Amino acid sequence: MSPCIQLDRGGNLRHFLTLEGLSRQTLVEIMDAAESFISIGERRIRKVPILRGRTLVNLFFEDSTRTRTTFEIAAKRLSADVINLNSARLSTNKGERILDTIRTLEAMHTDIFVIRDNCSGTSHLIAKHVPSHVHIINAGDGRHAHPTQAMLDMFTIRQHKNDFSRLKVAIVGDILHSRVARSQIHALKILNVPDIRVIGPRTLLPTEINKMGVTSFYELDEGLEDVDIIMMLRLQLERMEGHLIPSAQEYFHCYGLTAARLQRAAPDALIMHPGPINRGVEIASEVADGSRSLILEQVTNGIAVRMSIMAKLITAHTDSKEKKK
Amino acid sequence: MNLLITAGRIIDPANGIDQIQDLYINEGKIEKFDDRTTINIDRVIDAQNLIVCPGLIDLQARLREPGEEHKATFDTEIAAAVAGGITTICCPPDTLPPIDTPAMAQMIRQRANEIGLSQVLPIGALTRSLAGEQLTDMAALKNAGCVALGNAEKAINSTVVMRRAMQYASTFDITVFLNPLDPWLKGNGCVHEGEISTRLGLPVIPEAAETVALARELALIEATGAKGHITQLSCGRSVATIAEAKERGLKVTAAVSAHHLHLSEQDIGEFDTRCHVIPPLRSLADRDALRKGLSSGVINAICSDHQPHGFDAKLAPFSESAPGISGLETLLSLTLQLVDENVLTLPKAIAALTSNPAEILGIKAGHLSIGAQGTLCIFAPNKRWKINAQQLKSNGTNTPFDQKSLPGVVCWTIIDGKVAFSIEEDKKINGG
Repeated sequence: MSPCIQLDRGGNLRHFLTLEGLSRQTLVEIMDAAESFISIGERRIRKVPILRGRTLVNLFFEDSTRTRTTFEIAAKRLSADVINLNSARLSTNKGERILDTIRTLEAMHTDIFVIRDNCSGTSHLIAKHVPSHVHIINAGDGRHAHPTQAMLDMFTIRQHKNDFSRLKVAIVGDILHSRVARSQIHALKILNVPDIRVIGPRTLLPTEINKMGVTSFYELDEGLEDVDIIMMLRLQLERMEGHLIPSAQEYFHCYGLTAARLQRAAPDALIMHPGPINRGVEIASEVADGSRSLILEQVTNGIAVRMSIMAKLITAHTDSKEKKK
Repeated sequence: MNLLITAGRIIDPANGIDQIQDLYINEGKIEKFDDRTTINIDRVIDAQNLIVCPGLIDLQARLREPGEEHKATFDTEIAAAVAGGITTICCPPDTLPPIDTPAMAQMIRQRANEIGLSQVLPIGALTRSLAGEQLTDMAALKNAGCVALGNAEKAINSTVVMRRAMQYASTFDITVFLNPLDPWLKGNGCVHEGEISTRLGLPVIPEAAETVALARELALIEATGAKGHITQLSCGRSVATIAEAKERGLKVTAAVSAHHLHLSEQDIGEFDTRCHVIPPLRSLADRDALRKGLSSGVINAICSDHQPHGFDAKLAPFSESAPGISGLETLLSLTLQLVDENVLTLPKAIAALTSNPAEILGIKAGHLSIGAQGTLCIFAPNKRWKINAQQLKSNGTNTPFDQKSLPGVVCWTIIDGKVAFSIEEDKKINGG
């Protein structure tokens, strides 16, 4: 792999673009810090001054209310000044526009950009072109990565299972188009999960996915055998209407998670989903709302984990600068 | 005006010559030369330790003119060509407007003649506006100087139109240039479907996008008896398909870009947009199969597939960046690198850049026979140079070979007996 642009020379996290290439220690530190941020959400005054005087811009080129909101809340709890910009990009000269937008905002002394875009690699592109005091957090780039989502998933797993190195984890659904799945796979690998499975029809599994260190299954029942964690993925509407799968009905019939199918998994298996869920398409309501579902916990944890990542970028980097002095 | 090139190693693959001898050019033509003392020599070039070969013929290079002069012009790109030893450039028909009328073809040739260095040979359009519907006036295009006809990267979706285009072209003995890429399988893809596309989550161009289209084109070549040239291959499987077609006696030739012989999907690394090309860089196994295809002769020629861009065309998310590599100035060196890596012998490497492309085009160039045009490339084969993208003569600095060290420095480019490029002069002017 080429030199990782998300680390500075001292090996500190400068940007948060992808989990690929990060150390186990970094992931554990993020989760440990998130633990302490959880309690802030439970206080009457839910604010700490870690990012006081700092400006964070949520730059979302793709629609998202949920993710943007959790980033906004996370930043505000750290006392940052938050600006939200949602703008659909025009289809010509997009790259130029992105960098122009960034430069303009940079000139207004922004410290952190949270970027979401429907192209893979956008946050990498931006990270390559910002000055060293600016930090980029990838809030989802195309099909490539959604590292904060994967971190909150790992954090949620850790709250329930204490040893990653003994887990069997299945990721189910549209792996091909999923940035969440790719980041989850990296995270699970880094945390030494020995058995990672991806389950879906061949049209939704990318070629050579096994080179990422996972095992492919085309049948849900077989893939779910004895697993401890089931990570469901959202099936986008446009996939249902295209030629990747015949219909939502058939998809649910083959890959939808139902109570009966859950029997295949370990007795204490837990269910996760990045949301928003398509009830009756990838997951039955009784399962989504059932006692084994961690879906709402994931949302709550999303704030603490994102606070932890923001704090880490700012403090690790400030520390390393001061050390140099 | 005459010119004597002394003591160079002459490599002339068309005539099977590889030996050290003098070469005499008089009034633009190569002449027999026995006794130098009896003639007044206007200029002597000492080519000791250098290789003297026919000027290179590039089967595919975009000069961006007309229509995209903000990217490059004939002036900048022809200067780049002669600096790279290229004396003949084939220009695909997808200029703006496309080369679908005799006037456009004449205009292109005329513009090149005004500059007076490398020759630019237009590839005419196979269909009007490259729309894939109505045939162009092919006989007129041929008369206007088009050396072949093709539809560039615009696919001809209708098999009926493609069949008729091939039939009609073969009536006038016109070679059809084909870019096999199935438009549906390509879709909005930008990288090879494989390990890298999976890791980076980039939209894919599967191998089948090339093999399916290639199978169709070959079937139609067979059915019509047309002469076809596949402009660029990217997959190992295509090499096998071409080999089989050639064995069955189809009139088909094939080329590969220099970058496909050196790079693979792995070079994309972390979204390196300089490696965004169409057809995409494929696996290492594909790259090796292309190399084998070249050494076995299944692939006839190496082209630059030169596509210069403005500096911001690559400053975009990978899938939105403009595809293409600026390749004129690295064509010779990347080919010589294959000699260093024992893929090709030196004469074979030179044939892939000179006599073979000339044969594909059916032009009287690419050889050093007595009476031929005195058009040559003289280079130092073992001298290495470090590519500096910013210092290329081309307007396009978009090369993934930036900062790489490659063998082969062009010392002189001679066109019709005149010095079109001399590294000494160039250093004086540009202070290299």
